[in-house]
Amino acid sequence: MKPSANRPLISRFVRENATTVTLASIFMALLAVFGLILGDRLLSVGTFQSIAFQTPELGILALAMMLALLSGGLNLSIISTANLCALTIASVLQFTIPWGASGSVLWLTWQVGAVAAGLAVAILVGLLNGLIIAYFGVSPILATLGTMIACKGLAIGLTRGNVLSGFPDPIVAIGNGTFLGVPLAFLLFGVLCVFVSVVLRRSSFGQKLYLVGANEKAAQFSGIHVKRVLLLTYALSGALAGCGGLVMMARFNSANASYGESFLLISILAAVLGGINPYGGTGKVSGLFAALLLLQLISSAFNLMNFSQFLTIAIWGALLIGVSALRSGTGIFGRLLLLEFWRAKSVVSEKA
Amino acid sequence: MTAFLELAHISKHFGGVRALRDVDLSLEAGEVHCLVGENGSGKSTLIKIIAGVQAPDPGGRIVLEGREHSRLDPILSTKSGIQVIYQDLSLFPNLSVAENIAIGSHMGLPRPANWNRISDIAAKAMARINVNLDLETMVSDLSIANRQLVAICRAMAADAKLVIMDEPTASLTRHEVDSLLRVVNDLKSRDICTVFVSHRLDEVMEIAERVTVLRDGGKVGTFDASEITSRRLETLMTGHEFDYAPPRPGGEAAEVVLAVRNLTRPGHYEDISFDIRKGEIVGLTGLLGSGRTELALSIFGMNPPSRGTIEVSGKPLIASSNRVAIASGVAYVPEDRLMLGLALGQPISANILATVLDSLAGKFGLIDPAERVAAAGDWIVRLNTKVSDLENPVGTLSGGNQQRVVLGKWMATKPRVLILDSPTVGVDIKAKDGIYEIVHRLAAEGVGVLLISDEAQEVFYHTHRVLVMRQGKLVSEVHPLSSTERNLQEVIYA
Amino acid sequence: MPKTIQRWTRSHEFWLLAVVVVLSMFLTAATDSFLTLQNLFDLLTSTSFAGILAAGLLVVLVFGGIDISFTAIASVAQYVALTIAKTYPIGWFGVFFVACCTGILCGLFNAAIIHKVRISSVIVTISTLNIFFGLLIYITRGDYITSLPSYFREGIWWFEFTDSNGFPYAINFQALLLVVAFFMTWVLLNKTNIGRQIYAVGGNEIAAERLGFHVFGLRCLVYGYMGFMAAIASISQAQLAQSVTPTTLIGKELEVLAAVVLGGASLTGGNGSVFGAVLGVMLIAILQNGLILLGVSSYWNQFFVGCVILLAVSATALSQRRRYA
Repeated sequence: MKPSANRPLISRFVRENATTVTLASIFMALLAVFGLILGDRLLSVGTFQSIAFQTPELGILALAMMLALLSGGLNLSIISTANLCALTIASVLQFTIPWGASGSVLWLTWQVGAVAAGLAVAILVGLLNGLIIAYFGVSPILATLGTMIACKGLAIGLTRGNVLSGFPDPIVAIGNGTFLGVPLAFLLFGVLCVFVSVVLRRSSFGQKLYLVGANEKAAQFSGIHVKRVLLLTYALSGALAGCGGLVMMARFNSANASYGESFLLISILAAVLGGINPYGGTGKVSGLFAALLLLQLISSAFNLMNFSQFLTIAIWGALLIGVSALRSGTGIFGRLLLLEFWRAKSVVSEKA
Repeated sequence: MTAFLELAHISKHFGGVRALRDVDLSLEAGEVHCLVGENGSGKSTLIKIIAGVQAPDPGGRIVLEGREHSRLDPILSTKSGIQVIYQDLSLFPNLSVAENIAIGSHMGLPRPANWNRISDIAAKAMARINVNLDLETMVSDLSIANRQLVAICRAMAADAKLVIMDEPTASLTRHEVDSLLRVVNDLKSRDICTVFVSHRLDEVMEIAERVTVLRDGGKVGTFDASEITSRRLETLMTGHEFDYAPPRPGGEAAEVVLAVRNLTRPGHYEDISFDIRKGEIVGLTGLLGSGRTELALSIFGMNPPSRGTIEVSGKPLIASSNRVAIASGVAYVPEDRLMLGLALGQPISANILATVLDSLAGKFGLIDPAERVAAAGDWIVRLNTKVSDLENPVGTLSGGNQQRVVLGKWMATKPRVLILDSPTVGVDIKAKDGIYEIVHRLAAEGVGVLLISDEAQEVFYHTHRVLVMRQGKLVSEVHPLSSTERNLQEVIYA
Repeated sequence: MPKTIQRWTRSHEFWLLAVVVVLSMFLTAATDSFLTLQNLFDLLTSTSFAGILAAGLLVVLVFGGIDISFTAIASVAQYVALTIAKTYPIGWFGVFFVACCTGILCGLFNAAIIHKVRISSVIVTISTLNIFFGLLIYITRGDYITSLPSYFREGIWWFEFTDSNGFPYAINFQALLLVVAFFMTWVLLNKTNIGRQIYAVGGNEIAAERLGFHVFGLRCLVYGYMGFMAAIASISQAQLAQSVTPTTLIGKELEVLAAVVLGGASLTGGNGSVFGAVLGVMLIAILQNGLILLGVSSYWNQFFVGCVILLAVSATALSQRRRYA
């Protein structure tokens, strides 16, 4: 291919995936820096496996958050939805012990049924959010704040705050097993990423979601069923939160009404870091994915350097502010950095 | 008369772009001065320099009440009595009328709020221009016209000597415009200078004493309003002579695509009946508040009528939402293109295809990317629009090209009836022609078009017949071929 | 006058007050212990922390911003102040002074970042929540402070009296701070020109800028005030808990937000009143208290609170929709 034909394609790719490219570059740079400091301790299979184990919980929840953000909203109820889903699965599974031997078809079917019941509950919560937001016209923050507290309350009320633990092997394997060295949870996360990405970029629903997020009124005037799009968005967000709950319970081999609450604000942080516009309408799964890997790299490296995990979250917060400053291009420094970076990037890709 | 404010040799660059070059302007106490020009002619930059928000390039001269300045700043210009009423009015919807008018007394260093003083200032300001509004009402509960009065009162409370009004009549009904003009006369009698910035040339001619025309950042000239016509103004603004093609005949014998019978929605419109034939362009005009847009929205399924029937190509249309209307072949280009017509941050392709996403979707609701690009590209070609990349945000296009995208997204639905609500608002005169051309082509292809506009000229020269609405009723039908523009004006303003 | 009354009966605060009154009357009739001095004082004491924060958050919401980081600010402020108070004899004044300075500084940091980076305040304060909290735990290693100075442990105990059952009562430290916080906020928002400027910016920021308001200064003031209130709340909480645990306050931010929003403050800015915020805080406190008095297991507390919030926001949205339909 002629280089002249090649150049616009590359620059176009960089332009359209600016977030992903930026984050991936930061990732490579940090990998190099941490690699120099930590050497083989970082650049080992074990590190990458641990990143792969830790990414899915936050990652799936961030996917759930991403959908709501794209529609111009927010979903504060993802964690309580996840826990409610996990507790539903757990309580259905509690009845399994007297039934059929471990390994029997009935035993396996029952687990599938339990997961289905859990996801159904998660979708119901999502539909409730969608109903209140789309049909009653409540602002998403308020609606999901309400369902967040109500769902957590329901979970606490039903379990009296207790932990349900001890699940059959297949469930536990979702959180702790590997396939060809890759954690199953990471595979599940990957599948969900591809699924969400295809839904957003290829389906008519996804296209409508972007339009609704960018300008709800204009979408309505174009004949898009805005209310139905929002209802579906929150239902899907709920379903993804439920998947997050499944992975969480599988990893801890237990479920509780208040697990993972620190993930709530972090999932917003990850999504916005990944280039999802908090006002709706723009953002890609690839950006989110890159942001999550970046966050986990920092976490793993700090862990190896024996820094506290709390220093990690402080750095995460600073990273989001830093990248946002870069993106909004305020200050000569930020603008220069961005410009130089793009220029350097296109030179590199042309040489390659 | 002495000049209150004199600007000489004012230029302004933004980076490499020259927004103003060597503009002179003199404003006298007690005069009504109009500033006209197309989008991007430099009107708003000039206002900002007068308001002190922006500094002119060095070399200019500003003489304010006999004192010379190289530039103004907001505090100086406010102190000297310069008040700008922006198009959005810059009011605080969550505060009372009194607080909005007397907002100036909240400024400055921390101190207790003096509520008595605020009511006092507000009452006095209202008395000065003979306005009477309840001081405690929230501004969010007022009509647009009343909000405008609040904005003018605020200028009064700040002891204005020069009031600049940016597009003040854009969202007013004729009746409201009249009372605004009375207020302007009041200002005049108090020796206050009023500057109108407007694109509605008819109004400009009605109230102005002097008119200054800007084009491409330069001043074309200042004219006495009595010596100039609106047709001449248009030529000065654009630098082009416009030949108005005579109205064209058409659409007499073809089948009826839209039949509206006895349509009524109390408070909006009453007992409306009319037909549109295949290939016919029907104008619908009337003053703001006459029910035009409400009627259009009803045909588009977004404002359910309480009585009457709508038929599209002989089939009754009972629309529970605009989706039903779209499915039966009705398309609607809204007046507010930026808020209702487009998602500005989204790609051009996404905007064009917004109406046909479901029909593009194949198996599992998925859209083939190649087909998507092809479909969007096809419309761009058909609309003669120059686009460097279909995936660029639609907000990067000019107003005229944005409107083409809106037309394109409705052409994609293959409509039988196309309703255009003020399709050329905010579009340069040059770009307007391109839009009319598309409309005429669509009509030639057999679409029935309903063209809504409050500019008599627009409907007169581009439609086959004109329906005139007044206070919710169809009052008259004018045939351009057998009538005159003046006659149409008279029917509208009767 | 009738117009004023009509306006009042259509207001959010009116309906909220009606709900609070009906709920209180019901609880008075249904339980023996609701309308007792002891219970009311307990209520006041236990809502002190959330209430003081609500007063601060109200100002931020009226301004058109939002702050999520105040629990982290509170944690930092109380830790810094009481660490110093443990070793140096700085007294009451010193404790408040150090805590408030710390809180205000954190708030100013938020304001500066929001102004500089120009991204939404939710995102900024989620980031700074993580920064403040992460650094606090990293530096302190999560250690508790237990041996507080004796004057601090005793607190304030004014107008003490004893009821017929021999229980002592007094205007205590928490109740005092709560009342002072709401009073200060009321004065700020309604009785000063600065408060009206805050409302104006919340209503229309662009217009305020055009009129020459010092928006950055106001932003600093608003977020600084939030930091100040977070500091006051944290001292109230530390005195009640008789210890400082750096992790205990985090996670309460959305509950406080819920209370303020229940009180009618809108997330888009410009709307909200101190009276509404007081009622919002009261409604949640009375509801929780009432459920316990009625013998409902405290495990169900949150569920009912969530349902009330959902009902309230839905009812508000539906009634507004009808008014503009």
